[in-house]
Amino acid sequence: MAQAVAIVGTGQTECGRRTDVSYPELVYEAVSRAFDDAGLVPDDIEAVVAGSMPPAMEGVNNPHLYWADAMGAGGKPLIRTATCGSTGISLAHTGFYHVASGMFDLVLVVGAEKMYEGDPQGTMATVADPFFQRPFLAGAPGIFSLQSNEWAHRYGIEEKRVRMAAAQLSVRNHDDALLNPYAHIRIKITVDDVLNSRIIAYPVRLLDVCPASDGACAVIMASERMAKKLGRPTAWIKGVGYCGEQAFFSEGDKVVWQSAINAAKSAYSQAGITNPRKDLDLAEVYNPFTFQEMLFYECFGFCDFGHGCDLVEQGVVMRGGDLPCDPSGGTLCTNPIGATGLQRVSEVVLHVTEKAGDRQIPGAKTGLAHAMGGLDQFNGIMIISSVL
Amino acid sequence: MAVKSRIVKGFISLPYNWSMGPTTTRFYEEFKNKRIMGTRCEKCNRVLIPARSFCSGCFVETTNWVQVSDEGTIRTWVLINFSYEGQPMAPPYITGIIDLDGADVGLPHFVGGVELDDLETVAKKVRIGGRVKAVWKENREGHILDIDYFKPIN
Ligand SMILES: [Zn+2]
Repeated sequence: MAQAVAIVGTGQTECGRRTDVSYPELVYEAVSRAFDDAGLVPDDIEAVVAGSMPPAMEGVNNPHLYWADAMGAGGKPLIRTATCGSTGISLAHTGFYHVASGMFDLVLVVGAEKMYEGDPQGTMATVADPFFQRPFLAGAPGIFSLQSNEWAHRYGIEEKRVRMAAAQLSVRNHDDALLNPYAHIRIKITVDDVLNSRIIAYPVRLLDVCPASDGACAVIMASERMAKKLGRPTAWIKGVGYCGEQAFFSEGDKVVWQSAINAAKSAYSQAGITNPRKDLDLAEVYNPFTFQEMLFYECFGFCDFGHGCDLVEQGVVMRGGDLPCDPSGGTLCTNPIGATGLQRVSEVVLHVTEKAGDRQIPGAKTGLAHAMGGLDQFNGIMIISSVL
Repeated sequence: MAVKSRIVKGFISLPYNWSMGPTTTRFYEEFKNKRIMGTRCEKCNRVLIPARSFCSGCFVETTNWVQVSDEGTIRTWVLINFSYEGQPMAPPYITGIIDLDGADVGLPHFVGGVELDDLETVAKKVRIGGRVKAVWKENREGHILDIDYFKPIN
């Protein structure tokens, strides 16, 4: 039987083009803030979990070695977890396993990326095998657009309608990012701006796509015993779900997407969630592409399959709606990939502990954090609540 | 005194010697004869392409070679209109997942022979479910790009 796991501190850096600091200095910034938030010091930590994108992103292979001092990891077990886009949620899960196992009472979890130091799409293109898929799976925009086109076609969603819903999501994310001091893209945009922006990978346009960001995020996890002893604002991990798929991109169904469906199902069952629309107060859905966010609504049971657009049109997923999604401005406005999934976790923690400032969803008690990675190959979910 | 961070340029270029293994080697030998080969799994009965030495679902060896068609239908497609390091050609171009007749796994490849003069109207020219056929290169060296692209037919 797993032990209960709490999150007792989070730290995020401001994101964007962070040439003002080195890679370890960026990590130090997030980790220091997590320690301040938790009222702890590095000596209190028993184990460290760290991760990022494939190291070709920054040109330092195994960067967790380079970050070690910035995490106060000297003299402690240090493990790297990396699953591409889902790295951040995999990190959170790895930290959870460390504490839930009963092995450790306090664990530091760190994700970071400095995407301006390398070639992000070039790095991601080399994630594909060298013999078959590499020339054709053109980085993230290529893959996600293949998926989006298939999704819209499967359910006969008119091009005009799906583009409008995507544009509304883009506007929502950009509006919300203005309330998040850590967000990267902070501009006011209109639906017409999105619809008229340049095609990047049809149907995806410039304002349907996340930026590449520099940024870091740190989270401190504690056992129930330790969390109660610390007596600070605490969020509780109620359920985790993770699912992978076969290596070949074109083998599985990416519309009725089993890894996303299964990840949600197992997290819901652990957390006792039977009706996500009712039981969740917010969701931080990994949304590097507007179109894909709607596909996730369906896989996570927020609506029936083929009805993702409805939730946008009815305002359900907007701030003030029934199930606000990505009130941080989401991945769409901030994407330092190794940190991104952990930012989703941190944001939900901030809401359920009523520390989300201007972007607070009033009265939020339970939220969902999600990230997706690999070549559309992995999905991970964490359900976080204010009550044990 | 505030010091502005100095930016140092670097470059990593590393050579690799990737072993294809015998199954992929044979798969590409057959490309020279314009044949696309898969292996059938005895357990789930799927025809896997490219030919594999073991089934991705059943974890059993697959040794039964079968030829699949070089014609098929477009499962999905995307117009690539951005640049990145290591890109196979200058954008814009179209890639897609092709469900070849006789195969149970899609093949990612280029979709060509489509006018790309107006990107806004490209969705009217490429169609999910549309039929395509491989256009083979004259000189074939046993490589995925021995197929130039898949061309819409009828
Ligand atoms: Zn099989």
